[in-house]
Amino acid sequence: MEQQVLSITQINEYIRSKMDADPLLGSVAVRGEISNYKMYPSGHHYFTLKDEGGALKCVMFKGNAMRLRFRPENGMKVIAMGKISVFPRDGAYQLYCSAMTLDGIGDLYAAFEQLKAKLAGEGLFDPAHKKPLPKYPGVIGIVTSSAGAAVHDMLRILRKRYPLTRVRLFPVRVQGVEAPPEIVGAIRYANRYKLADLLIVGRGGGSIEDLWAFNDERVARAIYDSEIPVISAVGHEPDVTISDFVADLRAATPSNAAELGVPDQQALQQVLDGYSAAMATSLSRQIKAGRQHLKALSGSPALRSPTGYLEQRRQNVLLLKNRLLSAQTQSVERKRRRFVEQTAKLDAMSPLKVLTRGYAMAQTKDGTVLRSVKQVNLGDEIGIAVGDGALSATVSQIKENGQ
Amino acid sequence: MNEKNATFEANMQRLEQIVRAMERGDVALDESLKLFQEGTDLVHACGKLLDEAQMQIEKVVKGADGNPTFEEFQDEN
Repeated sequence: MEQQVLSITQINEYIRSKMDADPLLGSVAVRGEISNYKMYPSGHHYFTLKDEGGALKCVMFKGNAMRLRFRPENGMKVIAMGKISVFPRDGAYQLYCSAMTLDGIGDLYAAFEQLKAKLAGEGLFDPAHKKPLPKYPGVIGIVTSSAGAAVHDMLRILRKRYPLTRVRLFPVRVQGVEAPPEIVGAIRYANRYKLADLLIVGRGGGSIEDLWAFNDERVARAIYDSEIPVISAVGHEPDVTISDFVADLRAATPSNAAELGVPDQQALQQVLDGYSAAMATSLSRQIKAGRQHLKALSGSPALRSPTGYLEQRRQNVLLLKNRLLSAQTQSVERKRRRFVEQTAKLDAMSPLKVLTRGYAMAQTKDGTVLRSVKQVNLGDEIGIAVGDGALSATVSQIKENGQ
Repeated sequence: MNEKNATFEANMQRLEQIVRAMERGDVALDESLKLFQEGTDLVHACGKLLDEAQMQIEKVVKGADGNPTFEEFQDEN
């Protein structure tokens, strides 16, 4: 059997097609240490990943390399993601790296999530605790590095938007172990001496390690405790830190913080123009309304026909007078009727009335009403009152009940 | 303390009051004329404050006694 002879190109293409069909090689994550790191003017990055047992050539094209969150250096331990394929020109396979993170980042993410959950549980991110920002901050305290570009970006934007404010810089280190205590110290100091109406706390972009001070629990608590409202301004747009959650307002970047922190003088000028226009409109409307009112008055009955107007008024007065009189009459009549009713009631209770119904009242000579046989003796003269008069009688017999 | 800013803020608040009162239309005409004059003056004063403002920048330095001191900060414009 005759061996088939292939060209180099053919065999390299064959190997490439084999490798490209392999699912593991198509998407792989590799842990290793960077060596021979080179960045070409084209923007592509070339390096080798190695461990104790071997080495792997890697390439990272410009588009992917621009998304790196750190600057790779020889000796760094990394995890590189991508696909492994053949570079036919050299007959060598290599890792086409699409993304790369520092090894050990997994631990940082876990710590981040833990702290986030803990502080959220304590209510440090509670919207109810967020303070409103001053509308026209007179003094803005900026807690950041005095070295980075971030502070200059912020100053430039603040000056452009709202030069009426005053800026107080609190220079601190923003990365490394010294950073958290310095940031905390600056926030507390600003509060203690009331050095600002608004604080911007942050730094420019960097790797997750660079930004780590803003995931520090001490920094988070200092921001939470600050009586001066705090804008958190850390890194680039996608970077989210614990400081962002706990601050009164999160800005995507330091520049964004400067925009959120102050009003824009151009917008203010428009507001002022709007006020001028509104005042002018209101005033002219009032003058117009006043004129119409005057016109309406000059057409009113009082001015058009004074005598007719007076006559009408006089009749009104008459009408009212009659109503008053009739009200008085009714009142007197009501009182009279009530008097008659009361008299009738009194009359019904009178003893004289009882006599007209056939009863009689006996009295001794001195006028005492007789209630008992014991009040008289035989032969006593008594008076007897009946309905229509009185008579005298002499007691001829006394008989007590039951005898 | 930042006096110019405080003046600006107070002016803006007073302006808002004036505009609201005039828009409600429940003030007498002579009062409206006075408000209009006051408001127009405030608009000019606010514009002038913005136009002439020069942002001040200072660096906070903790003094030997712990009290803050302020140093000039030269920003690379």
